[in-house]
Amino acid sequence: MIVRISGEGQFRVDDAAADELNRLDAQLEAAVDAGDEEGFKAALLALLAEVRTHGSPLPPDSLEPSELILPPPDSSMAEVSKMLTDEGLIPG
Amino acid sequence: MKGTAARMGVMKRVSLVFKAKANKALDKMEDPRETLDYSYQRQLELLTKVRRGVADVATSRKRVELQMNQLQQQANKLEDQARKALGVGREDLARAALERKASAQSQLNDLQAQYAQLQAEEEKLTVASQRLQAKVDAFRTRKETIKATYTAAEAQTRINEAFTGISEEMGDVGMAIQRAEDKTAQMQARAGAIDELMASGALDDAVGGRRDDIQAELDIMSAGSDVERELNRLKGEITAGAPKQLEGSGSEANGSGQAAQEQPQGQAPGAQEGGPYAPPAPQQAQAQSVPVPEPQDGEGS
Repeated sequence: MIVRISGEGQFRVDDAAADELNRLDAQLEAAVDAGDEEGFKAALLALLAEVRTHGSPLPPDSLEPSELILPPPDSSMAEVSKMLTDEGLIPG
Repeated sequence: MKGTAARMGVMKRVSLVFKAKANKALDKMEDPRETLDYSYQRQLELLTKVRRGVADVATSRKRVELQMNQLQQQANKLEDQARKALGVGREDLARAALERKASAQSQLNDLQAQYAQLQAEEEKLTVASQRLQAKVDAFRTRKETIKATYTAAEAQTRINEAFTGISEEMGDVGMAIQRAEDKTAQMQARAGAIDELMASGALDDAVGGRRDDIQAELDIMSAGSDVERELNRLKGEITAGAPKQLEGSGSEANGSGQAAQEQPQGQAPGAQEGGPYAPPAPQQAQAQSVPVPEPQDGEGS
């Protein structure tokens, strides 16, 4: 499974880590829905740590699309909400 | 709808937004090969943009660095002034200088944080531009291969793969540039505000402008003490009068004074000339006792 950390690059993460990623992702989403900035921050950092520890970076010349994409570590909840709803945030 | 989304998770939803973007661009193209060339052009444009982004952030960082140096100099000067003021017993003046130093210091701390952020941003964009470059190169190779072995059915899949992969990267890099630009703009606004403050005299007043008052007072005081010292010296000379002059000539006439002055002079040249310049030593020894031009004339004739 390929996961991108936005602004940082792509990682190949073992499928075994998927459950933990999903659990943390659910927390992240719940925090976004609840407007809980602190919970959001905590879940995001936990997710990023999970990907970094269990994933190995993809070579830079890889052209594989990612299955999952994580927002950058310093992003605010408002920015992430925008990423989810407003396509304008992602130029392209 | 929100329920479905919630089950999907943030990461999946973000990736779908990226993919939707890529698909929309793909759908616009009639000939898949056209997609490749078009996308490649966009990639090159984006590469240029990232590099420009790196340069912009670097410029901002250098500007902040310059301001930091200026503020540090001001803080150092103010501390020096405070020390001098204390030296002449002007605690009020020292306090004023230190207050201004504190103000400069707090600006400096703020700038240091900005500097670190800009540096991090610069590094991030540099890495992003290298990664994009690698992907663009890979895409170009893939593009040429696909074109060479083109059969509509298989090409479409391979094109879609390559295109989706690269457009995800492009979307991400584009977002990174946008974020860097936003941050840089914020910091430029703050740096501009500090420049304005310095120019208008508001911050300058705190750390530079009014410092002149402190400096002026210190100058007056140090000038004053110099004047006092000069006065005392002159007074001493006048009251001592002739004896002082006699003392001076007397000490020169004294054998001890002369010997102390002349002996090292005589020894030093002798030791030097006796060493490396052994042959000319006698001539130069003569030249010392005789006026300089004469031996030169003698050598010439």
